[in-house]
Amino acid sequence: MSVPAISAERHTVAERGPQPIRHRASLARSRRWALATSYVFLVLFAIFFLAPPYYMIVTSLKSDAEVAHMATNPWIIADGITFDQYWLLFTQSDFLIYFRNTAVVTVCVVAITMVVSVLAAFSLGRMKFWGSGLLATGIFLTYLVPDTLLFIPLFQIVRALGLLNSYWSMVLVYPTLTVPFCTWIMIGYFQSIPKELDEAALVDGAGQMQMLLKIFIPVALPGIIAATIFAFTVSWAAFVYPMAFLYSSDQQVLTVGTVTSLIRADVYKWGMLMAGALVAAAPPLVIYAFLMDYYIAGLTAGATKG
Amino acid sequence: MAEVVLRSVVKRYDDVEAVRAIDLDIPDNEFVVLVGPSGCGKSTTLRMIAGLEEITSGEIHIGGEVVNDLPPKDRDIAMVFQNYALYPHMTVFENMSFGLRLRKFARAEIKRRVEDAARILDITDLLDRRPKALSGGQRQRVAMGRAIVRNPKVFLFDEPLSNLDAKLRVQMRTEIKRVHQKVKTTTVYVTHDQVEAMTLADRVVVMNQGRIEQIGTPQELYHRPRTRFVAGFIGSPAMNFVSCRLEQAGSGLRARISDKLSLPVPAAQAPRCRSAVGKDLILGLRPEHITEPRHGNGDAENAFTATLDVVEPMGMETIVYFTIDGQEVCARVDPMSAAGPGEPMRLAANIEHMHLIDPPTGAVL
Repeated sequence: MSVPAISAERHTVAERGPQPIRHRASLARSRRWALATSYVFLVLFAIFFLAPPYYMIVTSLKSDAEVAHMATNPWIIADGITFDQYWLLFTQSDFLIYFRNTAVVTVCVVAITMVVSVLAAFSLGRMKFWGSGLLATGIFLTYLVPDTLLFIPLFQIVRALGLLNSYWSMVLVYPTLTVPFCTWIMIGYFQSIPKELDEAALVDGAGQMQMLLKIFIPVALPGIIAATIFAFTVSWAAFVYPMAFLYSSDQQVLTVGTVTSLIRADVYKWGMLMAGALVAAAPPLVIYAFLMDYYIAGLTAGATKG
Repeated sequence: MAEVVLRSVVKRYDDVEAVRAIDLDIPDNEFVVLVGPSGCGKSTTLRMIAGLEEITSGEIHIGGEVVNDLPPKDRDIAMVFQNYALYPHMTVFENMSFGLRLRKFARAEIKRRVEDAARILDITDLLDRRPKALSGGQRQRVAMGRAIVRNPKVFLFDEPLSNLDAKLRVQMRTEIKRVHQKVKTTTVYVTHDQVEAMTLADRVVVMNQGRIEQIGTPQELYHRPRTRFVAGFIGSPAMNFVSCRLEQAGSGLRARISDKLSLPVPAAQAPRCRSAVGKDLILGLRPEHITEPRHGNGDAENAFTATLDVVEPMGMETIVYFTIDGQEVCARVDPMSAAGPGEPMRLAANIEHMHLIDPPTGAVL
């Protein structure tokens, strides 16, 4: 009795055989299509976004004469590469002073932002107290006030403090932009850390500060790095505040300094402007490349069941 | 090593009383399991012992000292969490030694303790791994290792096996018991699984709605439950409850379940029940005490015929379901003698194990 039953089953399996294969083939085809489409759009995207930097590099490596010559193709270097624009930028302008000022401001702002917002996010995200939720929302709301509105009252404060036309005023005012946003990002990160992790640390004998330093900061590192990148970008690229508060060249920062010193009335020093913009863009580029390696999602995997 | 004492401990969240004035004495080295359904207050009780929840009123003593206002780190306790709560950025060694490092133990001592604990838990090979490279069972072992190395006064386990699959859970249950036998320490273990409670505990504390229903050894709870809740909670499948009326029958008592069926009340129980003659009661009888007539229990008085509704073969036994007077009853019978669904089967009740319950109070008479 059992023998025919088995053969009948085999027969059925054999009949059904080709079906899944056809299914797989169509899956593979649709995947190929999806990949091809993705690549087409990625290439278009890359061309669109790489065209300006390419144009900047090409222009910065040309002589002033070639840049000004209307007949040449702006996308290629016809008269040979020259580093004159960079040499002039470093020797004939205050670019290095701007660069130094920006670096000092950025390092200070990032440090202040991270200390303040990590502590704020830890207390708002993990230490439940009366009004903590409201306070967290309030912090985010302050971020929504645009700097084009804030700079007027801030001007009064900066002047009252005697910091007008000093790049240290930037160290004071940039955190008004960076701290709320970074705190908000990190509240989210800290809240995503399982509650049992701090309870385990408490039982293990950690105090609040040890818990923050030894458990929370390492576990929330991706969030902290994201916040650091944000704070860095904001203070490196801010334009409105230095434009409003700084006016002498020795106090100026890169964004405003490059533009004001290399554009005189209707005379644009295109070669130096492009060289300056490229050099100014280098530190964020290096930092992004370096920190992205550490920006590993899923660091919390394995902490709890999952 | 220490005893844990709870005196009138209350926990109130706004209007909700999660734990209602419980008293509990746990002697040194005892393994106590708090068991009960979700929301019965067992985890809250454990967290109050740990110091992770504040006490609304009452006193908690650990090792003779009142610890109400002590933070968790000063209570000398170790806790194993349901979801392991391992530090993801640390290796197994670092996870296990974290508490010791915070307490500034000498490096050699830390190494010795971690290695000893790793040997007990058989995780020596895993010491350099991160938690994410471990399986669920291994993670739970590490979590236990982290507790053991501290050599604390009290171990607290908060449903440590709930996240594991059925097979691993049984394996880890044995492991926990083995570890407790090796590392004698007062242990408070919370679970909602009554099998886990019965197999692990020296004494089980059954909780319900923030109160302790009964404290006793697993055998006591099984054989002499004090309330309907305990009777129904302990044992799987759960105890059968059917309505009955207590009647005088000559010099003895009978519990009448239906017009056709009444069971004699054992002579030993009769004096306790005499005041309830004529009253409607609930008769509790475990499925294992309703079986096919066997030698010794097959006398006509306790036997009856039932038409089976559902038959569940389990291998070593078969669970059968039927109704008596509209009330569903479950019995455990020998697989060889079980009838099929819809068929009549002769069954006998082992009346020595019957429990008569007063419905308004839920107390077992």
